[in-house]
Amino acid sequence: MNILVCIKQVPGSSNVEVDPVTGVLKRDGVASKMNPYDLYGLEVAMSLTEKYGGTVETITMGPPQAKAIIDESICMGAKCGTVLSDRKFAGADVLATAYTISQGIRKCGEYDLIICGKQTTDGDTAQVGAEVSEYLGIPCVANVLSVDDVADGKIYVTVSLDNIVVKESVKLPCLISVDSDINSPRLPSYKVKKTLTDDMVKFISFADFEDQDANHYGLNGSATQVERIFPPEKNTEKHSITGDAKEQASGIFDVLKSRKLI
Amino acid sequence: MYNVINENDLAVLRSVVGDVNVLYGEEISPDYSHDELGGISRMPDVLVRVHSTEEISAIMKHAYERTIPVTVRGSGTGLVGSAVAVEGGIMLETTQMNKILELDEDNLTVTVQPGVLLMELSAFAEEHDFLYPPDPGEKSATIGGNISTNAGGMRAVKYGVTRDYVRALTVVMPNGDIMQLGSKVVKNSSGYSLKDLVIGSEGTLAIITEAVLKLMPLPKFSVSLLVPFPDMKSAIESVPKIIRSKVIPTAIEYMSRDTILFSESYLGKKFPDSKNDAYILLTFDGNTDHQVQTDMQTVADLCLEIGALDAYIVDTDERKKSVWSARSAFLEAIKASTTEMDECDVVVPRSNVDEFIKYTHQIAEETGVRIPSFGHAGDGNLHVYICRDALDDKKWEEVLAHCFDLMYKKAEELGGLVSGEHGIGYAKKSYMRKQYGEEQIMLMQGIKAAFDPKNILNPGKVCY
Repeated sequence: MNILVCIKQVPGSSNVEVDPVTGVLKRDGVASKMNPYDLYGLEVAMSLTEKYGGTVETITMGPPQAKAIIDESICMGAKCGTVLSDRKFAGADVLATAYTISQGIRKCGEYDLIICGKQTTDGDTAQVGAEVSEYLGIPCVANVLSVDDVADGKIYVTVSLDNIVVKESVKLPCLISVDSDINSPRLPSYKVKKTLTDDMVKFISFADFEDQDANHYGLNGSATQVERIFPPEKNTEKHSITGDAKEQASGIFDVLKSRKLI
Repeated sequence: MYNVINENDLAVLRSVVGDVNVLYGEEISPDYSHDELGGISRMPDVLVRVHSTEEISAIMKHAYERTIPVTVRGSGTGLVGSAVAVEGGIMLETTQMNKILELDEDNLTVTVQPGVLLMELSAFAEEHDFLYPPDPGEKSATIGGNISTNAGGMRAVKYGVTRDYVRALTVVMPNGDIMQLGSKVVKNSSGYSLKDLVIGSEGTLAIITEAVLKLMPLPKFSVSLLVPFPDMKSAIESVPKIIRSKVIPTAIEYMSRDTILFSESYLGKKFPDSKNDAYILLTFDGNTDHQVQTDMQTVADLCLEIGALDAYIVDTDERKKSVWSARSAFLEAIKASTTEMDECDVVVPRSNVDEFIKYTHQIAEETGVRIPSFGHAGDGNLHVYICRDALDDKKWEEVLAHCFDLMYKKAEELGGLVSGEHGIGYAKKSYMRKQYGEEQIMLMQGIKAAFDPKNILNPGKVCY
């Protein structure tokens, strides 16, 4: 079973400043890491290939330094990976990102299963996975809690629909996006890190794609425009309720009631 | 020899702290009769929730005059019965004295009340870009408790223990006098260090009501390594070699697969790797990424050279949390795996850690008792747990005494001491007495008598 996992490089901390003029995240000089949600997808992929055989590859879109997370995925057990990188891809919204990734996937090869994390910690839209599947013309299941079996050209999955859990089977090839906290992702291996070679990571740019219409990528290909990005207001309000247990309980009740939370 | 609490005593206590803060007899929860391990048990006659130095002073004046025993208790997370009122009397609970009073950025100190929890202090320090280095596993312990046992924790390899971070203490003496011991100064050659006598005295000399603690600038980078080994022997044997490499990790912890599985079942969460029999967990910190990475690589290469199966990189907040939260739950996890347990918190010279651990395995084999362990391999402080499992009362008492005798004897042979960080309290008195001998114990009793001539403060502990 050949699996491709979509991963993304995101800021290493949630305290990223926003440029007040351009509204763009100030990523320069900020340490980065692999999107934590993608780690669960990688773990699902590794466990499936351990059980059913096959290989795991990874793909990302981003600047050349995004290679670091492909290296990291190899340290976690992936065979190799691809970075989709081109200035023409910059400024992409969800739609243009999904289209670019789908073009990249077509260029990389054929996979039985594509796995995405639930969302990213910087974009938070949770839409790219579903849109990639649309562009590739394959079925998609979101909020997957576990992959229970692979048999007869199908995968059997458990899916969360918030207040109910559904068991489904889906024909391969397909795309799933997995929920967070569904496993304990394995750690990257230093031993493998020492053996990394450049040929394990492939770079693909606009020139390599089938669709050569630049208007389908980056800012030009984006259906939505970001009007403004701003950090959420930080609330450091603290309210101490003192007294004995009864007084404290009644204090909590009053606060909750006054804010119409109960 | 002690007076029993009477109606007048209760009236005095109520007048000092108010009616709601005085609980008497059956009003007191049985939780106050024991600490975390529960082996030693006695209810206090009266529980008093205190809020200030002045309240404590007034209570001690009365207790001294009336010769009533007083035991101070924080969160009750101790493991040797230090905060159990073995003579009954008054128990002072300090958990409501939980304010962080001052952050002094010019002197790099923070001033706290004794009931501030370790987790609250470390979070406060980090919010202000500082590090409070002592890092015992029990984060819900109070700072007063940490100072009273001179708790160490996981970062001791590089940063030292609680004592190294206490600049000054405000204490109430057994007769109710209020004293300032030490100050914000960095150096001090002014006479005997009474502050240092109080640190680690387990509430027997004076009551800590305020502490000025030293802070460090928060290191900007840190990374951990989880290193799997084929067996515990090779894991433990790697530690002296790591120390000899001259890289100073912030922490070096060892853990066995068994302990990891207990923690998985206790927390209901898988550890990122539990395939191998033994692991060493290390952390490196510093102010440049380059330095931290270089240290990490030096140790990772060394470990691979001496037989490690791999070295897993724990570099992001999520990964650190998944590994270190499991490590912090080991004690509770082992506790949940058995019917009852007791612990040995010996400290041995770092070069002898491997020999001591191997010896505990030998005892486990000979006695047929389960003896899981984990601990601070980097500073020689080991936490060894003797599990009761299905043993009956008689057999359990015999086996426990036998195992402790063997272990403390071995620790002494290796140049070790009875307790690394949990203290002597009530439970380990006989082992300390055996090791130190009468002369040292008498010296300690002399110190105790100088502070507390009527022996009312936490009687029956440490050297009595």
